[in-house]
Amino acid sequence: MILILTLLVIMVVAAVWGVMVRSLLKTAIGLAVVSAIVSIFMFRFNSPLAAVFELSVCTGLITVIFLSTIGLTKPISGEQLSSVTKERLKRYRYLPLWIICSGVMALFLVGLPITIIFVQRTVETDPRHVLWNLRQLDLFGQIIILLAGGFGAVMLFKEREDNEW
Amino acid sequence: MPSLLILVPLLEIIFFNLFFGIQMTRIALWSAAALFVFQILAVLMHNYFFYNPGLDRINSFFTVHLGADRLALIMLFCIAAVCLVSLIIGRYTLTDKKQRFNFINVLIIAFIGMNGIAMTKDMFSLYVFLEITAISSFILIAFRRGRASLEGAFKYTVLSSVATIMMLTSIALLLFTSGDTSFPGLQSALANSKHNYVVIFSIAIFICGLFIKGGLMPFHGWLPDAYSSAPPAVSVLLAGIVTKVCGVYTLIRLVTGVFGFSPGLNALLLFVGLVSIITAALAALGQTDFKRMLAYSSISQVGYIILALGSGTGLGVIAAVFHLFNHSMFKSLLFVNSAAVGLQAGTTEMDDLGGLSSRMPVTSVTSIIGFLSASGIPPLSGFWSKLLIIIALWSAGQHFYALAAALASILTLAYLLIMQRKVFFGKLAPGLESVKEAGLGFSLVSIALALVTIMAGLFFPAVFVSVFEPVKQILLP
Repeated sequence: MILILTLLVIMVVAAVWGVMVRSLLKTAIGLAVVSAIVSIFMFRFNSPLAAVFELSVCTGLITVIFLSTIGLTKPISGEQLSSVTKERLKRYRYLPLWIICSGVMALFLVGLPITIIFVQRTVETDPRHVLWNLRQLDLFGQIIILLAGGFGAVMLFKEREDNEW
Repeated sequence: MPSLLILVPLLEIIFFNLFFGIQMTRIALWSAAALFVFQILAVLMHNYFFYNPGLDRINSFFTVHLGADRLALIMLFCIAAVCLVSLIIGRYTLTDKKQRFNFINVLIIAFIGMNGIAMTKDMFSLYVFLEITAISSFILIAFRRGRASLEGAFKYTVLSSVATIMMLTSIALLLFTSGDTSFPGLQSALANSKHNYVVIFSIAIFICGLFIKGGLMPFHGWLPDAYSSAPPAVSVLLAGIVTKVCGVYTLIRLVTGVFGFSPGLNALLLFVGLVSIITAALAALGQTDFKRMLAYSSISQVGYIILALGSGTGLGVIAAVFHLFNHSMFKSLLFVNSAAVGLQAGTTEMDDLGGLSSRMPVTSVTSIIGFLSASGIPPLSGFWSKLLIIIALWSAGQHFYALAAALASILTLAYLLIMQRKVFFGKLAPGLESVKEAGLGFSLVSIALALVTIMAGLFFPAVFVSVFEPVKQILLP
C-alpha cells in the first residue's frame, strides 16, 4: 500500500512538473516517468497487455514530441522566456485544482450505476513472458521508433543551407 | 521469412551506424539497394521464400506474428520497388554525403515500418508500424529545413497525430469489447457484436483515422503541402507508397479481414471515394505547380480505390488492389518526371516551363505513358483497373457511382493534358535552352516504371489471373 501511494504521489508530481517546466527535455522526462508508473500499476493490476501498450505508445509519443518541437520551433531570447514563463504560470495556476475536481468527479461518476460489460479473459501475468513472447514485435517496433528518433534529432537539430533542389 | 523482412533492415541500419558511418555512404547506398532488390525477388519467387518449411525455421526463432498472403505480397513488391526508385532519385538529388547517408537510414526505417504494416496480423502492432512510418515520413519531409518543408511537415505531424489519437482510441475500445487485438480474434468478436454502438463508433473513428493517413477528401489538408515541399526523392516515396500503405492498404486489409462489409460502411466508402475523385480533380485543374498538381491527382486516384472497395464485392476488392498497384507505379513515374524537370529546369512552376520534350525526350515520353495510364487510356494498366472498378460498381448495383467514375476520368485527362502541354509541348521557354536529361539513373527508373505500366496492361489477362484474382482469398466468408 505504501509503495502504491508513493508511486501515485510521484506520478502526480511528475505529471504537474512535466506541464509546468519550461525545458523540453524535462517535459519528456516527466512524461516518461508518468508512463512508466502507469505501466507499473497496470502490471500490478494484472493487465500486462495494457502495460506494454502504454509503454509502446509513450515511446512513440516522446519521439514525436521531441522531433516535432525541436524540428519546428526556434529558441527564444531570455526576455521572451521569462514572459512566457510568467504567462504559463498564470495560465496554469488553476491546474492542480482542476485535476483534483476532475478526480472527484470521476470518482462520483464511477459510483453511478453505469454498467459497461467488458470482456474478461485469462491473461498472462508474467511481464517477461508478455514482453518477449506475446508482444515481441512491439518491442522491435519500439527499438525502431527510438532509432528513428535518433536520426530525426541528428537530421533536424542541425540548421543547413537549403541550397539544393 | 516475414520476420526477416523486418529484422534484416534493422540490423543493417545498426551495423552501418556502429561500424562504418558516413565514410561508407556508397556502401550503405548499395546495400540498401540490394535490400530492396532482394525483397522484389523474394516476392517474385514467393513460393520458395515465403512458403518454404526450411526458411520457416528462422521465423520460428522469433515469436512475431507476421504473415504474407497475396495482398501483402503485392504491397511488399510495391514497397520495395518504390523505395528503390526513391533511393536512386536520392542518389542524384542529395549531393551532400552526410545528408544522403541520413536519408538512406531513414528510408530504411520507413521501409521497415511499411513492411510491418503489410505483414502484421495484430491491431496494436499495426499502430506501432504506422507510427514508425509516420515518424520517418515527418523527418524525411522536414529534413531540408526550408520554410515550405517545415510547414508541410508540421501539417503532416498535426493531422497524423489526430489520426493516431483516433486509431488508439478505437483500439482501446475494441480491446475492451473483444479482449483481443489480433485480427482473427477481433474479427470473431466483432461478428458477434455488429450492432453494439461502442463497436460501430470505434470502427468509424478508426476508418476516419485511415482517411486522414490516406489523404482523402475532406481529410487531405496535409497532403498537397507535404508532397510539394518535400525533397524529390521523398515526394516519390510519399506519393508512390507511404500514403497507399498507411491509409489505403490498411483500410482494405481491415475492411476485408476484420470489420467486414456492411451497407453503412459501403455507403461511406462510396461517398468519400466519389467526393475525393471529383473535388481533387477539380482542384488539380487549378494548380500551376507540377508537383502540387500531381499531389491533387493522387487524392483523386486514391478516391477510385476507395470507390472500388465501397462496392463491397470480391471484384471490387480486386479492382481496388489492382488500381493501388497501378497508381503506385504510374504516380511514382510522374513524380520521378517532375523531379527530373525540377532538377534540370530549377523550377516546377508550369507557367515557367514549356517545350521540354525536345530537351528531355525520355522524361517526356515516359510522362505521357504515366498520364495516359492515369487517365485510363487502353491498353495501359490504368485502363484495366478503372474498367474493373466500373464493372464492379455496376454489377453491385451502384450505377450512379459507376457512371460518375467513368465521367470523372475526363477530368483526369483534362488536368494531365494541361500539364503535358505546359511542361513538355509548345515553344521552349526562355532560359531552358541548355536543359538536358537529368541523368542515366533518372532515365532508367522512368523507363522501368513505364515498362511495368505497359506490360501490366498488355498482358492483363495473365497478370489478372496469376497476381490479382487470388487476392479474393482475403475476403471474409
